[in-house]
Amino acid sequence: MPTFGNAQLKLLEKLCNAIAISGDEGEVRKIVLEEVKPYADEVKVDALGSVLATKFGRTRSENRMRVMLDAHMDEVGFMIVADDGEGLYRFETIGGIDVRHLVGKQVLVGKERAPAVIGGKPVHLMNGDERTRKVPLDALRIDTGLSGKAKVGDYAGFATKFRRVGPSIMSKSIDDRIGVATLIELLKQSPPNIDLCLAFSVQEEIGLRGAKVAAQYFNPDLAIAVDSTPAYDLPLYEEGENISYNTKLGLGPAIYIADGSTLHDPRLVRFLQETAEAEKIPYQFRQPGGGGTDSGAIQRSLAGIPTVSVSVPHRYTHSPISISRVEDWKSTINLLHAALKRITPALIAVR
Amino acid sequence: MTDILPFLKSLISVSGLSGYETPVADLIAERWRPLVDETRMSRVGSLHGLKKGRGVLPRPSVMIAAHMDAIGLRVSKIVNGFLHITNVGGIDVRVLPGAQVTVHASGSDEELPSVIVMPPARFLPESAGDGVLAINYLLVDTGLLPRDVEKKVHVGDLVSFANEPLELAGDVISGHSLDNRASIAALTVCLEELQNKPHIWDVWAVATVQEEVTFLGASSSAFELRPQIAIVVDGAFAKGPGANGWQTFPLAKGVGLCIGPNMHPFLHKQLSELAERLEIPWFLDVTPSHSGTDAFAVQTTAEGIPTALVEYPLRYMHTPVEAVAVKDIQRVGRLLAEFISSLEANFVDTIVWE
Repeated sequence: MPTFGNAQLKLLEKLCNAIAISGDEGEVRKIVLEEVKPYADEVKVDALGSVLATKFGRTRSENRMRVMLDAHMDEVGFMIVADDGEGLYRFETIGGIDVRHLVGKQVLVGKERAPAVIGGKPVHLMNGDERTRKVPLDALRIDTGLSGKAKVGDYAGFATKFRRVGPSIMSKSIDDRIGVATLIELLKQSPPNIDLCLAFSVQEEIGLRGAKVAAQYFNPDLAIAVDSTPAYDLPLYEEGENISYNTKLGLGPAIYIADGSTLHDPRLVRFLQETAEAEKIPYQFRQPGGGGTDSGAIQRSLAGIPTVSVSVPHRYTHSPISISRVEDWKSTINLLHAALKRITPALIAVR
Repeated sequence: MTDILPFLKSLISVSGLSGYETPVADLIAERWRPLVDETRMSRVGSLHGLKKGRGVLPRPSVMIAAHMDAIGLRVSKIVNGFLHITNVGGIDVRVLPGAQVTVHASGSDEELPSVIVMPPARFLPESAGDGVLAINYLLVDTGLLPRDVEKKVHVGDLVSFANEPLELAGDVISGHSLDNRASIAALTVCLEELQNKPHIWDVWAVATVQEEVTFLGASSSAFELRPQIAIVVDGAFAKGPGANGWQTFPLAKGVGLCIGPNMHPFLHKQLSELAERLEIPWFLDVTPSHSGTDAFAVQTTAEGIPTALVEYPLRYMHTPVEAVAVKDIQRVGRLLAEFISSLEANFVDTIVWE
């Protein structure tokens, strides 16, 4: 099993604290380049800004499968769209954000990461049903302070800092820095039997855009999207069993069977399940349903690519703070590491 | 003038919810002790600091008061390791989803870093709606396993905001509980200024408890100390997003001096004339009936106490990102100190109605 401990959690912390809104992934890209360069045989930054790294196998080349692993670098956030003067700015959201998470939150703005807050009308000055209505986005402002100097077009992200709490981590953008960190760890201990093609892709949150061209560049034999999926394992308000939890924290990596964008390759689904069983690694199936990952874009690229998704579960998706279990991440790395070692051409041979 | 920002940041980095003010009271007592002749606690937990004047006994006294309690939350029920919550004081529920909080776990005497979360609509009764969720639908997640939560946390445990202070551009500080810890900072500036400014009157600096619920601290301390006059310090609404009405005042542009039934007009006149003389910028805040501050309670204590209300503009009141201009806090402190040192022994006799 791969090494797992403080060094891995430190890397995840660094990645989670970095801000990389879709279209502005530079801060994470820099960390990724530093981490992969010593281990990869080829590294390039493509036309959209994704980092594409290849590590060739050490066995006879005609038997080596090209296996693409994808994790997206970007996270949801904001863009400044108008300057109201005196440090107050109008903004739009980038990616799927519930506006109810915004009022009263701390953010960092622009290249300088200037501290700011999201403010709105004080509750005391509201009447009647104004207090119970959702605050619309256009009633909120990013407040940088009186002499703040943000610019229209600046990106902004949540200012939440990563922390470890008991068996968990609490952080912004676990989706998908935990996937990015997973790929880096797998590269450091890459198996000899495959060519490992790593796509640290951009713009997943606004339409799976980086992964599509990454797949076209790599032209892999098969692909695995490594992401983080919501766990809705909360109690119901009234009596009854929660039957739409998607995934549950603590049950291990979530293997996808079907989501809103992909019917995941059944051969790969079974293969991951068998690997987990054989290696005694905990796993769960994500409840089939909506949502999607980069697998949707990858599977339909080129002449079609057998694709599956594996996610580390997290609660409170696209909010200022998400929660994941450290053990689930460890098991995800272990499962993928074990699976990569077992990949042979027979896995996806056409009958 | 002393730089009050470090102390203000420490004041908004601790809890001290209404009725449970000890963490912040200890911090204030430590800072005030070298500045006053004695400190003690009232029966209900307010902090009294006495700085003696130079006048002959029996000396008149002025009470300068600001509440130190903060609004927050409390655990009302525990289900599968998730905490249901209720409010302590006037909580703005719109700011709760995604807020960082500390659960003060009484079972293990630990402070658990936690987050307030919003369950998906499909887990809630239809009546919950898709707008702002009422507080009873929200949950707190400690990140711990349910069996550990059951051991550590009890119903009734406090939950306080936990986001760290943020220094914004242009001398603005943002954080939770600036209402009313910024006023505590202003009283501290006043006490610092009085170190080098002779004054005839005794000064009672008072950090009151439970303003956000019942004004208990203000009324009980005013009763115990029986000052001849009182000045209460609290926040006014600053102009900002969605806040531009007659009740709002620009940040960093000066001190608010309040008029209305809760305030003695003579004290207001003295303070505003003094501000003019000292060229301290000030604005007139009118409160038509109830000021919603400790001034309301102090005025009717014992035989009645002439009371003034001095303010500074505060943005985003009752959210975890309240914001004030440090300059305004310094100005409030300075005005109080100058006023106190201007008090003649017979000032009370000069208070006139018409």
